[in-house]
Amino acid sequence: MLFGERWKAIFRGGGSPATPPLPHSSRYASARETRSIRAAPESSSNVRRSPGLEQFFHMVRDTAGLWMLDLSAASQSNVSFVTNLGHRLYTVDLVRTLDETYPAESFFEAQGNPRLAQQVVDQSLNFPAHQFDGALVWDCLQYMAPALLETVVDRLYEILRPNAYLLAFFSAEERAVTVPRYLYRIADGRTLLLVPQEHRALSQHFTSRHLERLFGRFQQIKFFLARDSLREVLVKR
Amino acid sequence: MWNRRKDNEDPAPRTSSSYPRPSPTPPPSSEYAKEGIPMSTTPSRAYEPEMYRGSAVIGKSVVVKGQIYTREDLLIDGEVEGGTIESQEHKLTIGPNGRVHANIKAREIVVLGTVNGNVEASDKIDIRKDARLTGDIKTARIVIEDGAYFKGSIDIMKAEAKPQTPPLRTPPPPAEPGPPPAAPGSPK
Repeated sequence: MLFGERWKAIFRGGGSPATPPLPHSSRYASARETRSIRAAPESSSNVRRSPGLEQFFHMVRDTAGLWMLDLSAASQSNVSFVTNLGHRLYTVDLVRTLDETYPAESFFEAQGNPRLAQQVVDQSLNFPAHQFDGALVWDCLQYMAPALLETVVDRLYEILRPNAYLLAFFSAEERAVTVPRYLYRIADGRTLLLVPQEHRALSQHFTSRHLERLFGRFQQIKFFLARDSLREVLVKR
Repeated sequence: MWNRRKDNEDPAPRTSSSYPRPSPTPPPSSEYAKEGIPMSTTPSRAYEPEMYRGSAVIGKSVVVKGQIYTREDLLIDGEVEGGTIESQEHKLTIGPNGRVHANIKAREIVVLGTVNGNVEASDKIDIRKDARLTGDIKTARIVIEDGAYFKGSIDIMKAEAKPQTPPLRTPPPPAEPGPPPAAPGSPK
């Protein structure tokens, strides 16, 4: 009975709120297990003002017929918002591709495999060079180990046109091992609706220096840090 | 064992024309109690039975290889491979068991199952929860439910301005009331 209650509490997300830091070598698998059993603590959507999104759409709103890439699960609000601006949208759920490609028990270790990394790129980002005028990457990149991350960012660089913009989110919490994952729904040009999903393990902590190195090939990088410890990054190709 | 009731058997796949339309008023309960009369001949589905109304149906045990052209609403709950499916002026529904590997063109498309192919709807595409669509979409309107999987591009077509039909012309009234025309055969 008590055992059942405990599991109910875990499934409701009522486990201990602070996840203790784990040794680097074992943290990936343990965190991955955590991802699969713990629900996000919030049950309703959060509204968030997004200066990064505002600037992103400020750059693309005056020209119609642009190609936008959305790397989250398809949603009515994002599709409607982008297409109402007169743009065309390509949507692909990159995190889902990661989950389908890499086994849960060695999620981050397997990302070092170059053949699988190429498979992810071929499945999700197989576009001609300079196809897109903007990319909404959301928080996908923070769930990738360095080897895969580099391959994906290189591919994003290839498929974006010069002067195109890319919007990505990274957790700014220095000690976080797992973070709640959200689906980002565009409410309007400056507001996002955050729909809570599961908790996921971070591949690493991303400092400003890390991000500058990661997007080193791009022209410009701009950071927006908000109270909720989500660092918004707007990058110009 | 001997008196096996027919109402326990699964109804065989049928075309829509043989499906009885659900009547607004149910028959009296005494009729249900009669031996040998099936309790319900409509298939028990998790999705709305109105999908069947007026539609041709490709049942879930049917596999079609090749091109489909239809001039009525069509529900595909089976498998279609290759070619194209065209239902230009009508509604096409891919049921929850439907698996389509083909390009689709229709007025309205509702996806509950799996589609691999490019999809073009002159009016609307509706991708329901648990549906999987991989391909490029071209449509005037789109609805995507949360939980649906979609991978591909979305191109929203602007609604085409319908060619204006000239207003019906009524013959102008005669300027001056004259004598009525003589009926044929009448004496002058």
